[in-house]
Amino acid sequence: MKCQLCPIVSREEISGDILSLRVLCPEISAEAVPGQFAHIGVPGFSLRRPISLCEIDREKGELRLVLQARGEGTRALFALKEGDSLDLLAPLGHGFTLLSKESHAAVVGGGIGVPPLYELARYYGNNCNAILGFRCQQQMLLDTDFAACCDTIVCTDDGSWGVPGTVLPAVEALLQGCRLDILYACGPKPMLQAVRDLAVFYGVRCELSLEERMACGVGACLGCAVRIRREGQEEYLHVCKDGPVFNGADVVF
Amino acid sequence: MADLSVKIAGIPFKNPVIAASGCYGFGLEYEDFYPLERLGGVSLKGLTLEKRPGNPPPRIAETPAGMLNSVGLQNPGVDDFLDKELPKIAGQDVVRIANIAGKTAEDYRELALRLQEAPVDLLEVNISCPNVREGGAAFGASCEGAAAVTRAVRQAARQPVIVKLSPNVTDIASIAKAVESEGADGISLINTLLGMRIDIERRRPVLHNNTGGLSGPAIFPVAVRMVWQAARAVSIPVIGLGGIASAEDAIEMMMAGASAVQVGEACFHDPYAPVKIIEGMNAWLDSHQIERISDITGTVQPW
Repeated sequence: MKCQLCPIVSREEISGDILSLRVLCPEISAEAVPGQFAHIGVPGFSLRRPISLCEIDREKGELRLVLQARGEGTRALFALKEGDSLDLLAPLGHGFTLLSKESHAAVVGGGIGVPPLYELARYYGNNCNAILGFRCQQQMLLDTDFAACCDTIVCTDDGSWGVPGTVLPAVEALLQGCRLDILYACGPKPMLQAVRDLAVFYGVRCELSLEERMACGVGACLGCAVRIRREGQEEYLHVCKDGPVFNGADVVF
Repeated sequence: MADLSVKIAGIPFKNPVIAASGCYGFGLEYEDFYPLERLGGVSLKGLTLEKRPGNPPPRIAETPAGMLNSVGLQNPGVDDFLDKELPKIAGQDVVRIANIAGKTAEDYRELALRLQEAPVDLLEVNISCPNVREGGAAFGASCEGAAAVTRAVRQAARQPVIVKLSPNVTDIASIAKAVESEGADGISLINTLLGMRIDIERRRPVLHNNTGGLSGPAIFPVAVRMVWQAARAVSIPVIGLGGIASAEDAIEMMMAGASAVQVGEACFHDPYAPVKIIEGMNAWLDSHQIERISDITGTVQPW
């Protein structure tokens, strides 16, 4: 875990409210694992913004972060240019469990929940099925990146691209059609709950990446609580330290 | 190199910067950045007799120059703390402060009893948590309540007792005097100010608890004022906190009357904040040719 000012080596606005940044941070990328996040300091704002790692490039010593403008703080990051510094506290949290590369994995993402799954698609490659859901064609992101490394299905709520409707029919068809070793999901809570319930029904191991309003990022303030069932008891664990990745069966929605 | 050491209620601190309770876990969360021993002291996460689950999320809301929290004293309970958490930092050269909270004066007394033999150097009595339904800030809101809790803890405690006061009161000086008269060895202030934010699209409070405690630079001027008022009213040492984010803030707080300071919310933006404050205070003293940090306490000259 480091707190550093890291130069932005490239930036791309994927859409009007989605920004992709590559930052040079060799020490952080050497430590990072898929599913962890970076806590980004925004000048003029008291709290950092937690953004999951989209890509970890150890050879170049870079991280790719894909973030959505949700409020003034994240919008302020859109003003950053190549060569500017990004204030990173990273890598933080507990990432995804990686099985052997030969295992059959599926990743299910919704909207801005898609980027944290990209490292998994790269890791499992052809042994991975990706099912990505978006509101509409204009809000699609990383679909070509995923398609370049694994079998990818895109669903849009309004039917403007790919399979019309939510990701759920495609997820269920996949669960019925093959024996998955693990399913990973990140996205809006209703999607996560439905995907988790399907995975449990079909007896497939499932991990979810969760989010919650966060302050410290390191387990010190206990702000980012999520309800988790462990050994029959429900308790509040914390996205920043115990997560953001949790065993799906344990998450209490 | 100036002398940064201070003494609070007979306990020596190598420097006057203490991590504030609720912002620094049980002391090891920032260990990747610098050793805990760099700090003068650490006020550990608030403890109750029984484990507390805390409040439902969301517990955090950003505000201009600060934040609201409604964590609600989530903690594993004092016994679990003594078994599992405290031993991890017991050998370290840092002043350990146990922060205790209860629903009744008897709870506080029982907590002080359980901590009698523990390797903690000071007790900080939290009568100011705004996020719990019973006890907490209710005791800090009146002289009688504050006095009753102080008396109960003072009778049972082996360690010196610091009472952490709430800013959500009309007359801080009278509350400070009330706890001093019951034998408090010091006071710390301010805890968070009660606040609220509303998501105007959902017409719902951002915090699930509806209200929460405001911290950060937004409350700093309020904290300076209340430390100044309290320090003039009592002769026991005062620990000043509330929105300190720089060495200059810490020096200002000490001039207002604090013998030491606590740093909390600033850590969330910059994990190095407490260390930078220590280094900055040293540099300020050197540049002003002041030998001892303790020489600046209460030196503001009011108009």
